[in-house]
Amino acid sequence: MTGVRITAWLEERIDLWPLRHFIQKKAIPVHRHTVWYYFGGMTLFLFGIQVATGILLTLYYRPSGEEAYESVQFIMTDVQFGWLVRSIHSWSANLMVLTMMMHLFSVYLTQAYRKPRELTWVTGMLLFGIVLCFGFSGYLLPWNVLSYFATKVGTEIAGQFPLVGQVLMRLLRGGDEVTGATVSRFYGFHIAILPATITVILGLHLFLVQKQGMSIPPAVERAHRGQPLKTMPFVPNFLLRDLFGWFVALGLLAALASLFPWELGQKADPFAPAPAGIRPEWYFVFMFQSLKYIPAKIGPFEGEVLGVLGFSLGGLFLLLVPFLDKRSASGEPSPLFRWIGIGIIAYIVIFTVFGYVAPAMK
Amino acid sequence: MVVQQQDEQVDRGRRVVNWLLGSSLAVLFVSIFYPIVKYLVPPKLAEPMTFSVTLPWKLAELKANSGRIFRFRSLPGLLVKTSGGELRAFSAVCTHLQCTVQYREDRQDIWCACHNGVYDLNGKNISGPPPRPLEPLKLNVRGDQIIVMKG
Ligand code: FES
Repeated sequence: MTGVRITAWLEERIDLWPLRHFIQKKAIPVHRHTVWYYFGGMTLFLFGIQVATGILLTLYYRPSGEEAYESVQFIMTDVQFGWLVRSIHSWSANLMVLTMMMHLFSVYLTQAYRKPRELTWVTGMLLFGIVLCFGFSGYLLPWNVLSYFATKVGTEIAGQFPLVGQVLMRLLRGGDEVTGATVSRFYGFHIAILPATITVILGLHLFLVQKQGMSIPPAVERAHRGQPLKTMPFVPNFLLRDLFGWFVALGLLAALASLFPWELGQKADPFAPAPAGIRPEWYFVFMFQSLKYIPAKIGPFEGEVLGVLGFSLGGLFLLLVPFLDKRSASGEPSPLFRWIGIGIIAYIVIFTVFGYVAPAMK
Repeated sequence: MVVQQQDEQVDRGRRVVNWLLGSSLAVLFVSIFYPIVKYLVPPKLAEPMTFSVTLPWKLAELKANSGRIFRFRSLPGLLVKTSGGELRAFSAVCTHLQCTVQYREDRQDIWCACHNGVYDLNGKNISGPPPRPLEPLKLNVRGDQIIVMKG
């Protein structure tokens, strides 16, 4: 009965009605695409793990050229369960990018971005960008050979942007070269600037999702001809399923982190050649692989610049798709945009696979 | 009539106040963000235009058909001794996206592992994405000492 008393006590001070209403009324539509509704929550769960393990890592990590590698080594070998915490942080980051991509593309293919959810989509795309920045900045922090070259190439790519490129590159590197100053800077991005930004945008995204409720794919809607769909209550039916998924994810993470502890590799050495078979994190591999195929010069333009512009335009297209896809907005079928989406997914998958298979074939 | 005139005056007054408020806020924001943006851009460090280093290896130590990375100012350089015994020096920074290149003994060329860029022994980019030849460095051999200079 204490529960009732506590609720009564709270009720006297703050109005719990909206919360109660939310819990009672929130419903999840049930149809053949319902499974895709889980990926957003899964991403959120993994993000929570990142926050928790990230905070733990800051207690021992030291962001400088002289100490970064050594402090990670210290975490891995001397701190009790340090290897586990770091390993979970790294694995969870990767799983999070994966679930986020599935969330993104499922939303795209079910056209859940259409009116009135344009802003939800835009905030979602911003979150996607921020998470990639998290991945990129976090990758440098152990200051090993791979992260050194990945950062060098990555910031150099940023430097290819017309006009602002060079300033942007120096801004990212904290100087002309990738050095200890870059580590300090990326650390600042990784644990202060990006978390602050993501908190705001994630808050907005979740607010919009709650405000607008779940989107029903237009195809499902049309098939039902205006008949109301079957739903299940969010609390407890959907929430319990969510929790089950999170539990499985936690188990998977623990297994991956302990069976395949994240490697530390060799300390970065600016005076050693780039090692053979070098490659960025898997979620950047499709871009990396594409850059390999673009010739140095296309007409008067540098190949890189065109490649970078191409990817930026692709990102911009995704960002603006709710405003471009007029047919979905009015609930009509929109095969063109569906095929563009499938094309983008196919491109990413094919070039990622190439990135892993092609070097072995050479 | 009189009332309307007053209203118009009040309206105009309000517009002026709004404008003043708006523009002073804009000025305030610019004066806050300008120093922040400037702060974020790291200061340029002065670098000497000409520079030379004495390499840590003796001429006699170098085998034919081999390459070594050395420290040239804050960047890596590459010293190659061809199978013909000739010495060459380049900046080891790939002209594509700045990875550090290496000498491949088996193919007798200079290779960048990052995107599989290949240069010949004159530093010319011969395959892969690099857009330009490697920057050559001047070599000076004094007795057993090798001195490298920016050209
Ligand atoms: S950085 Fe050398 S080939 Fe790309």
